[in-house]
Amino acid sequence: MLNITKEALAAINANGEQAYPDEGAGFLIGADGKVEKALPLPNAREGAARHNRFLITPEDYLKAELTADNLGLSLIGVFHSHPDCPNVPSEYDREWAQPFFSYIITRVDHAKAVNSRSWKLQEDRSKFDEEEIKILGDPR
Amino acid sequence: MTILRIPTPLRAYTNGQSDVTVSGANISEALADLTTQHPTIKPHLFNESGELRPFVNLFVGEDNIKDLDGVKTPIKDGDKIMLIPSIAGG
Repeated sequence: MLNITKEALAAINANGEQAYPDEGAGFLIGADGKVEKALPLPNAREGAARHNRFLITPEDYLKAELTADNLGLSLIGVFHSHPDCPNVPSEYDREWAQPFFSYIITRVDHAKAVNSRSWKLQEDRSKFDEEEIKILGDPR
Repeated sequence: MTILRIPTPLRAYTNGQSDVTVSGANISEALADLTTQHPTIKPHLFNESGELRPFVNLFVGEDNIKDLDGVKTPIKDGDKIMLIPSIAGG
């Protein structure tokens, strides 16, 4: 299960909506399966490729790791949006995925964030498993 | 000996260490030493054909080895190597 604060989830939704019709992306910062902060970063893909691909550069990766260190936390995952597409991982997502990271994918239809699902890569890299998202502070 | 910096998601394969001391005359030899010390990290760095996975970036100091001699880039004692993943998806 992935726990996430309402504020972090709101930041993910806002990033996906602002990036629409391109993909938005960034890092999940936290510890022990709890996301404390979502850190949006530029999508470094060029032009039309940003509609169905995202890339975070090594330089931005280093900045994010430093940001997490300064908060006394760690990078624990990545979020990105799927504009007008189901929020399940693509084969391309699997090829590029890191082990142990949680991958939140947010479906954004017509510039409106619909819902988010989270996935983790199996250790043999063969596929993703879905993990439940628990929104902290949500009365449901 | 050279220090190789490990990114957060791969530290589970290096007993939690962020820095691993490796030996070798070039990047290829340093990675071979890393995977000898920590064999379970290997599938996350190399594909089934033994090629570096596309998300693997290696920097010697501030220079990406893609702009140098790739995995044949020489290293010397005191160099700092950083292994940094490109984070991508679709």
